[in-house]
Amino acid sequence: MREVKASDIAAAVARMCVSANTRLPEDVRRKLEECHSRETGAAKEIFRQLLENADLALETRLPLCQDTGLAVFFVELGEDVKIIGGGLNEAIEEGMRQGYREGYLRKSSCDPLSRENTGDNSPAVINLDLTPGDHLRIAFMAKGGGAENMSRMTFLAPAQGWEGIKKFVIQRVAEAGPNPCPPTILGIGIGGNFELAPKLAKKALLRKLDDVHPDSKIAEMEKELLAEVNKLGIGPMGLGGETTVLAVKIAVAPCHIASLPLAVNVQCHSARHEEVEL
Amino acid sequence: MSTTHRLQTPLNDEDILKLRAGDVVLLSGVIYSARDAAHKKIMEALDRGEEPPFPIEGAAIYYVGPSPAPPGRPIGSAGPTTSYRMDSYAPRLHALGLKATIGKGKRSEEVKQALREHRAVYLGATGGAGALLSQRIEASRVIAYEDLGPEAVRAMKVKDFPLLVVNDAFGGELYAKPKLDSAG
Repeated sequence: MREVKASDIAAAVARMCVSANTRLPEDVRRKLEECHSRETGAAKEIFRQLLENADLALETRLPLCQDTGLAVFFVELGEDVKIIGGGLNEAIEEGMRQGYREGYLRKSSCDPLSRENTGDNSPAVINLDLTPGDHLRIAFMAKGGGAENMSRMTFLAPAQGWEGIKKFVIQRVAEAGPNPCPPTILGIGIGGNFELAPKLAKKALLRKLDDVHPDSKIAEMEKELLAEVNKLGIGPMGLGGETTVLAVKIAVAPCHIASLPLAVNVQCHSARHEEVEL
Repeated sequence: MSTTHRLQTPLNDEDILKLRAGDVVLLSGVIYSARDAAHKKIMEALDRGEEPPFPIEGAAIYYVGPSPAPPGRPIGSAGPTTSYRMDSYAPRLHALGLKATIGKGKRSEEVKQALREHRAVYLGATGGAGALLSQRIEASRVIAYEDLGPEAVRAMKVKDFPLLVVNDAFGGELYAKPKLDSAG
C-alpha cells in the first residue's frame, strides 16, 4: 500500500482550483490563436479579446471568467493507495473551499429551491473511479452554468444510429446559439445508460483539444461532426463566422440492446481544467 | 458599417434611437448589476408597491455576478451571464423606463417586443472575458440584497464599457441565424 496524506490532497486541490481558473490551458490558447488568425471581422475581434483576457488573467490572477463554476472532479484512485489523516472526499472538499476562498473565486453553488447560496461553493461534484495500482490522479474542471445549461441527454432509438446522433447534436448546437459562449467544445457520450452517458460526455472534455481518438473510427466521427456543426455559422459569441465549435470529443460505451443513450455536454471556450498526480 | 457611440447613463430616447444592431457602444456612468435572484426580489418589491433598489428610469442593468474583489481592486472578474433567464422579468422593467440590459445570448420575442414598445436596447458584452471587462469598472458598491452574495445588486461605475448592440429598438438583431440547411 502507498500512503497519501489527506492534507497533501487538500493542498493540491486548492492550488489546482486557483490555477485552473486563472490560466487558460495551453492547447485551448493555441486553438484560440489559430482561430484569431483565420477569422475576420467581428469574429476576429472576439478572439483578440479572449486572448487579451487570458493574458490579463495570468498577469493579475483575476479569474478568466467570473463564473468559476461548480467544482467538478474526476478522481482515479488506485486500489493500492491508502489515504491517511482523513477521507478522500473530505480532503477534496476542503481543498476546493480553500482554493475558492483564497483565490477570490466566485461561490456559485446554491439550494435548488430556495436559491440560497451555500457560501463556499460546496459541495464539489466528485466522480470516483477505482483503478488497479497505486496511482492517485485528480482532474479538476471549473464548469460554468451558462454552458452546462445548454447540455442535454436523450435516448435515441437504436435504428436512428449515427445519423440520428449527428442530427441531435447539430440541433442542440443550433438551439443553444450564442448562449453557451461559443466557440464551444462538445463532449459527447454515446452508449452506457442514464447515468453513464452524461459522465462519459463530461469526462471527454478533459481531453486535449488537438488529440486524436485512438480508435480511428471514432476519430473520423469527431472530425465529421466538427465539420458539420461549424457549417451552422453561429460563430464566436453568436456573431457569425467559421468557428462555432473548437473540438468534438466522443466517448463510447456499450449500452442496452433497446437503447441508444446520447449525452451532449457543452463546454464554453474558457475550458478550464487541470490535473494532478499525487 | 457599424458606428461607435459613446454613451453616458442615464440613457434617454434620443440615445436609444441612434443605435442599430451591430453598432459598438462605449458606455460610461453608473450601471446596476442584477441577475436571477435579484430580479426575483425586485419583482417582489414592485408587487408590494415598493420602489426598486435603484432608479429604473433611464437605467442600464448588467446581468452579472462578479467574482469577489481581491485586495486593491474595485471588483473581481465581471463578464456577462446568459440573458434568457431574465426574459420573464425584462418587459416589466422596460415598461418602467429601463433603457438597456447588458448580457450575452438570445432574448425572447416578448423582450424584443418590449424593446420596440419602450424604446430600449439589449447590449452584448463578450462572454468569458470577465478579467478584461473588469478593467473598465472603476468602482463597485453593493446597494441591495447583500445576502445574495455574488447575486447582490451593485452600482458599478464604468468607463467606456465595450458593448455591441444585439437587439435595437427597431426589431434589428445582430446574432447570426444558424444555417440548419447547410449542416448535417
